[in-house]
Amino acid sequence: MSEVSTPALRAEALEDLLVEQGVFAPEQLDAIIEMFNERVGPMNGARVVARAWTEPDFKARLLNDATEAIAEYQFEGGQVDKLVVVENTDEVHNVVVCTLCSCYPWAMLGLPPKWYKDPAYRSRIVREPRRVLEEFGLQVADSKKIRVWDSSAEVRYMVLPQMPERLLTADETARAAAVGRDAMIGVALVQ
Amino acid sequence: MTVRELDGAAAPPMTNGELAFEAPWQGRVFAMANALCDAGAFQWSEFQSALIDEIAAHETDHGAPYAYYERFQAALEALLTRKGVIDLSALNVRSEAYRHRPHGHDHDH
Repeated sequence: MSEVSTPALRAEALEDLLVEQGVFAPEQLDAIIEMFNERVGPMNGARVVARAWTEPDFKARLLNDATEAIAEYQFEGGQVDKLVVVENTDEVHNVVVCTLCSCYPWAMLGLPPKWYKDPAYRSRIVREPRRVLEEFGLQVADSKKIRVWDSSAEVRYMVLPQMPERLLTADETARAAAVGRDAMIGVALVQ
Repeated sequence: MTVRELDGAAAPPMTNGELAFEAPWQGRVFAMANALCDAGAFQWSEFQSALIDEIAAHETDHGAPYAYYERFQAALEALLTRKGVIDLSALNVRSEAYRHRPHGHDHDH
């Protein structure tokens, strides 16, 4: 388990003190963070997915050892976590959660959405994934197996979604642009 | 509500024209600075000056990796202390207490 860095601790302490003093409410901060989500975006993950769709060698390396495969991008900021990429196929749909808290491959996907930290998502996606995915608007065929991957401080998961046919003729930039955050968590498909 | 801009010497790291956070806490402090400004704790220009000063003061840190958000956090602490919004010793005590939280309380996301 990695040590929490000093600035991270000071930032947390500062936030808690200011909330206690009534300077701002945590919800205000969350709202600003939500806005960052749109600006930071899951660009890194989308680039990796788009490349894996077209380069079989890269895809094989990604599925074998994602941490090593993405090392050349230098996405990470000193984290030692292991990234595991799981592939959606015609037989299996994958979805990611962190039942313990809210571990998330932020180097790939930006900041986590609020619902990812919601205790309801964290407990229900494990017990009744098909139903929770339906609530996200995603119908997974009964014939398809659903695998739920539980992230931890040591291992972060990311889904490699299936490429829709309409993207066969698109270039890599257009493909990457089509890959949304939710598809890489596994609660949506690439449209 | 808008995300305020920082440019010149105080410009944050960007990738493809987007804010590049290396860890969630960096997003939190960036959000805090904006929320504090919204709350009237300081003018954005005051924060920008504090950040430029803080960055300039560390330009001589040879060998140390450039850590924009550490400077950001330090600038925020300095400005809030100067404005009397926070008590720096209370912040030190709280940070130290968090360091000693039992393992597994939570981890670095």
